[in-house]
This record gives sequence, C-alpha cells and structure tokens, in this order.
Amino acid sequence: MRLDTILRVCTKLFLPFIWVFALYVQLHGDFGPGGGFQAGVIAAAGVILYAIVFGKSAATRIVPKWLVEAMVPLGVLLYAGVGVYSMLMGGNYLDYDVLFHSPPTHYEAVHGQHWGVFLVEIGVLITVTGTMITIFYAFAGRGRREDRN
Amino acid sequence: MEILDQITRHYNYVITIFLMIAGVYIVVAKSNMIKTLIGLSIFQASVYLLYLSPGKIIGGTPPIIGEGYEVYSNPLPHVLILTAIVVGVATLAVGLALVVRIHEAFGSIEEDEVLRELEHE
Amino acid sequence: MVLLTLMALITLAIVRVRNLFAVVALTGAFSFLMASVMMVLDAVDVAMTEASVGAGISTVLMLGALYLTKSREAPPRFSQVIPVVVAVGVGAVLVYGSLELPGFGLADTPVNTHVGEAYIQRVMYDADIPNVVTAVLASYRGYDTLGETAVIFTAGIGVLLLLSRGRGEDSQADGGEEGGGDAS
Repeated sequence: MRLDTILRVCTKLFLPFIWVFALYVQLHGDFGPGGGFQAGVIAAAGVILYAIVFGKSAATRIVPKWLVEAMVPLGVLLYAGVGVYSMLMGGNYLDYDVLFHSPPTHYEAVHGQHWGVFLVEIGVLITVTGTMITIFYAFAGRGRREDRN
Repeated sequence: MEILDQITRHYNYVITIFLMIAGVYIVVAKSNMIKTLIGLSIFQASVYLLYLSPGKIIGGTPPIIGEGYEVYSNPLPHVLILTAIVVGVATLAVGLALVVRIHEAFGSIEEDEVLRELEHE
Repeated sequence: MVLLTLMALITLAIVRVRNLFAVVALTGAFSFLMASVMMVLDAVDVAMTEASVGAGISTVLMLGALYLTKSREAPPRFSQVIPVVVAVGVGAVLVYGSLELPGFGLADTPVNTHVGEAYIQRVMYDADIPNVVTAVLASYRGYDTLGETAVIFTAGIGVLLLLSRGRGEDSQADGGEEGGGDAS
C-alpha cells in the first residue's frame, strides 16, 4: 500500500469532488434527481474510499467514530423533531404547511413545504451517512479470525 | 406463435420472474451463508423490477416537472423502491454481521457444518 | 431488452460460480446493469441510488465480510434436482400468470391512473417542488420515509451491537469454547 502513489494522489484529488457532488445531490434534490438517501450514500462512499486507501486509523482522524455514531440517532431525531414541531404549530404530524404560519395562506404553505422537505432530507442525509460509515468501521475494525484447525 | 408474442410483450415480467426464482433457488439450494445473502439481494432486485416496470409509460419522461413535457412516468414506485434499496443494504449489512459472528463462533459459514457442530456439542 | 438479458446471464453466473470473490464482483456488475435498466425505466432517482448503494457500498461490505470469513464455497453435498424442479415449476406458473398482466409501457393501466397521476398534477400547486419523487418521498409520504430512516437507524445499531465488541472479550470466549471442544 505504501507504494501506491498514483492511488493515493488520485484519491486525494477525487475526494473534494465526491463530497461536493454529495452536497449537490442533497441540495439540488428538489429540482433534479437526488435527495437525502443518495447524498448520504455518496458522502459515506467518499469516507470509505479514504479509509480503504489510507487505512482506517487515518479515516477515524478526520471522521471520528463517536461523530458517526452520534449521527445515526441525530438524523432520526431531526426528522421526528420536524414532525413534533409542526404538531406544536397546530398542524398534523409532519404537516409542513404550518411550519412558519398557522393557519397558512397558500404562499406560506408552499414556503413551509420547501423548508419541511429540506429539513427532513437533511435528517435522512445525517442518518444514512452515519449508518453507512458506522457499518463500515464495524466491519473494518474487526480483526480476522485465526483458524482453529 | 401467439405465446411468443405474449412473452416478448411481457419480457420485463419474464426477467423479473427469472431473477425471482434464481434468488429462491440460491436461498434453497446453496448452504453457504454469504451466497444465500446474495440470493436474497437478487430476489430483492427482482422486486425492484416488478415495481418499476408497470410505472414506465412509453414516451414519458422521468417525473421531474418541466416546461414542454406532458407525459411523466409514475413517480410512486420510484419512491417506494428508493427507500427499499437503502433499507435493503442496511439489512444486508446486518446479515453479513451475523455471518461474521457465526464464522467467529464456529469457524465455518456453511449451514450444514454449523449444524453438525451444534449437534456435536 | 439487451440489458435485461445480460442481467439474466449474470444471475446464472452468480448461481454457478463458487469463488465468492468472483460472485461479489458479478454482483457489482449486476447492480450497474440494474441501474441502467432503471434509467431506461425513467426512474432516475432510483438508478442513482442503486448505482451508489448496490454497486458501491454493498460490494465493499461483502468484500469486508469475505475478508473476515472464507472466500470459497464448499461443493454441494446434496442433490440439486429437487430445488431445480421446484424453482422451474414455480417460474412456469408465474410466467403463465404474468401473461394476463397489462402490456409494458401503457399509460391507461390501473397502476398509472390513480395516485401517481394525482401526485404529478398536484405537486406544483401544493409544494412547488419540480422533482415529484422528492416531494412524494419527503412530504406526501413523510411517514413512510420516517419509518425507513428508523429502519436504517436500527440496522446501524444492530451491526454495532454484533460487531463492535472488543476482540479481547471475544478471544476469551473463543478460548473457552476451544477448551470445551478438546474435552469432548
């Protein structure tokens, strides 16, 4: 692995583009193909690529284990929190129409929908990224079993 | 001749069914656990096809509203399958983790060897 | 049609090949073909997901699992005749049943005339989000997606529980088992 100069340089070249592409997929998901699930997987794939080429310890330096493990429940909480918030604003659970104004006019309802979808997709992104990296770290951190026989 | 015509009109479904029975065959006939998981994911892929095929409308575009397009394919199966794929890989990861643990406990990932070892104890 | 036939061929290869590394590589190719088929079926979001998840993450995970276990499958120990007969029989029945389904790509089938159509017509008024898939995913069917996110969360916790125990404890447990095996 030490001698794979091309691999290492190319990985470092690719990584920013992978993460910017993930952000693009996430934030442009309302207008083109994309969304939280895809963006989360792409962002996780970037970290996994880094971990494969440079080793797991290098990867845990930039993306520590506690962070990804905290991201797993955080996303679900954000998602559920948006639902609870819309309930507090007097609507149904996960009813984004009332996020800012209650009762909403049509324009305000659309505004609320935009923000609701955006926040929920962020929640999905956080959970998916966290889970995928967590799963990868769990597999990579496992030592190989020595055969008994 | 007529049945051939029918089959070509339903080619998507024929391949779906083929993938499905291939998945079932792998699950039933192979005793290697990783192979079994791969069989399950092939079965899953057949379900994706089964959902997506009827949603396509010939002459339609992907369901992203834009000027100048009238016909869009059905977005509902896309939503269902999108989440199904991600959940599928999550469950696959759980299955693989179980296989790794079984290998650590028994030194084998073949079902019959594990069973034999269990009976031995 | 060509893509679908290729997928069928790769599936046959997956069934036949016993080297698990080759099988995992074939699974990656299978996923890319699947993504292309989804593009053809107008499901761009799903194709993107399949390409990144199916060909990317799941291949890496399977390789990781193979590294931790064994990469060769044992030869079959019992007769393969009964599974083949069952599989072919079920397949024949299903193909016979599928002949009555509506043809491919028609707009007036029951699938395409109810909810999906309504979503497409309403989405620009309701939410002003051009990508209908995103709108349905996050807004109209928010409950579904909340459930799926919870499933992913649960899967992450499950893998952590199964795999993140320290090796120290584990090797002790292994040692105990080994002692028992020797005694018997």
